Amino acid sequence: MSVADILHPGAAAAGDAAPNADGLKADAALERMKLFGLCSPALLLVVVTMVLPVVWLFYLSFLSDEGTFSLEHYERLTASKAYARIFWTTFKVSILTTIICVAIGYPLAYFLAQLPKRAAALCMITVLLPFWTSLLVRTYAWLVLLQRKGLVNTWAIELGLWDEPIKIVHNLNGTLIGMVHIMLPFLVLPVYGSMKAIDTDFVKAASNLGASPVKAFWKVFFPLSLPGLFAGALIVFVLCLGFFVTPAVLGGGRVIMVSMSITDTIELFFNWGAASALGVVLLVMTLGTLFLASRLLNLDKILGGGGGGGGH
Amino acid sequence: MSWFSKAASETQITHGSRVWLYILAGLVMVFLVAPTVIVIPMSFSESQYLEFPPRTWSVRWYEHYFASSEWMAATRTSVLVAFFTMLVATPLGVMAAYGLFVSNLRFAHLIFLLLISPMMVPVVLIAIGVFYVYAKLKMVHTVGGLVLAHSMLAIPLVLIVVSSALKSYDMNQEMVARSLGASRLRAFMVITLPQIRFALITSALLSFITSFDEVIVALFVSGGDNATLTRSMFITLRDQIDPTIASISTIMVLVSTSLLVMAQMFGQNKDGT
Repeated sequence: MSVADILHPGAAAAGDAAPNADGLKADAALERMKLFGLCSPALLLVVVTMVLPVVWLFYLSFLSDEGTFSLEHYERLTASKAYARIFWTTFKVSILTTIICVAIGYPLAYFLAQLPKRAAALCMITVLLPFWTSLLVRTYAWLVLLQRKGLVNTWAIELGLWDEPIKIVHNLNGTLIGMVHIMLPFLVLPVYGSMKAIDTDFVKAASNLGASPVKAFWKVFFPLSLPGLFAGALIVFVLCLGFFVTPAVLGGGRVIMVSMSITDTIELFFNWGAASALGVVLLVMTLGTLFLASRLLNLDKILGGGGGGGGH
Repeated sequence: MSWFSKAASETQITHGSRVWLYILAGLVMVFLVAPTVIVIPMSFSESQYLEFPPRTWSVRWYEHYFASSEWMAATRTSVLVAFFTMLVATPLGVMAAYGLFVSNLRFAHLIFLLLISPMMVPVVLIAIGVFYVYAKLKMVHTVGGLVLAHSMLAIPLVLIVVSSALKSYDMNQEMVARSLGASRLRAFMVITLPQIRFALITSALLSFITSFDEVIVALFVSGGDNATLTRSMFITLRDQIDPTIASISTIMVLVSTSLLVMAQMFGQNKDGT
């Protein structure tokens, strides 16, 4: 009799198979932990360069100038009319961009989804090319096209659309044009993906049963494409909330979004507490939107169905 | 007129009654492509005001770009940072994707969410946070610091692309190799890796372009001798419309277009095999 048997008399009674199975189970668990360890370098990097800094900013936002705990930065945010205007601008620009993207992106995705394979691939380049082109380059291109003596003004006057150069850039209109251009692929790709997944037999059946083309579209096709549309609109809206480059360049100082206010607070006033508080509010707005959306819709399913853009 | 009365879709709607859709889709496609395409001929304009079509052609803005030591230094920094970001983010992302996929732990979903969170958190917040931490660690204006921050931004893309490739890969092939005596590492290297190579190439290209095009983190973290191209461009853009940027833009469009073509070509191969 071994020592182990004396200490654990029950183990011997359980037979030979059980200890072996336990060992295998432990081995498998260890193996899984080791494999899981493969994530650790990526995890470490994300924690050190993102989680830690964001937590730190969170902490700073609750620190007064004297270094004690206070809510003064948040109180200033709620008290000041200037901040209310900045948040309203951010929300307005984001919602307008999303609406315009849906209005022009959905028809484009519908058109692309019905083209023959080769033609669709060709037309898809028009969506993918901007997707891969630097955001800064595209913003610059709009700045050049929309300026006072730019191409849009020159051609519009030649065509007689308006009489003298009008101001299209360095204001809300210019910002919206640029933002819609940047965001459109983020809407078109998931919508296209979800449209491609629709079984066209449903639409055929509706037509066979006497539905007019318009009715077959609205009653059958459109509802089936909604998950992709919601996913696309959600991505666009959330990206808009934190957008910086395009409004900073095309807004010309007249369209102040939260992100720009954050960088100004740092660059001009070195006020880390105030900037952090703004950042925390922006983060809460973003994550709150995502959380609400995931409550209202089955997000996994949507992103799974609309993942057509991910592979490119 | 026969095409107009032909059925255009399963709903038997005629082409004629949805000409508006074709016109709208055409206009939107022009809207998407035109700005970037028009910048190319404009960059060859002699004029300070970037005419289109240019009245006199010249390469003076290109000469200006290549002769400027500041623009050249910024370009070198950008390429260097993007290259190292690719070398860091791709292996880290592949390891994480593989680890999460095979370990199949209960909290793997949460880890996945954490690893793709750099995509959801507003970049401005990340930028000032990284700036704050780097300032404490004396890592502001260093290439290494920027590479780490950009790698963090690129990891979500690598993770998503590689995870979706692994999902359609038959893991039993790796099991077979291991039952025949290969170690797990060898089985992965020899059997699995070659079969997800398209995802690998795509994610490497995506990491490169993510870093190369990134503005906001570079705006805060890079600078001094190590300012990136995007940082210099953004600073210049805020103040004036410098025609030199048109020439730089053209070069950047060519770079991203060739990367896109490469990615599409590898994608085509994938369909063939």
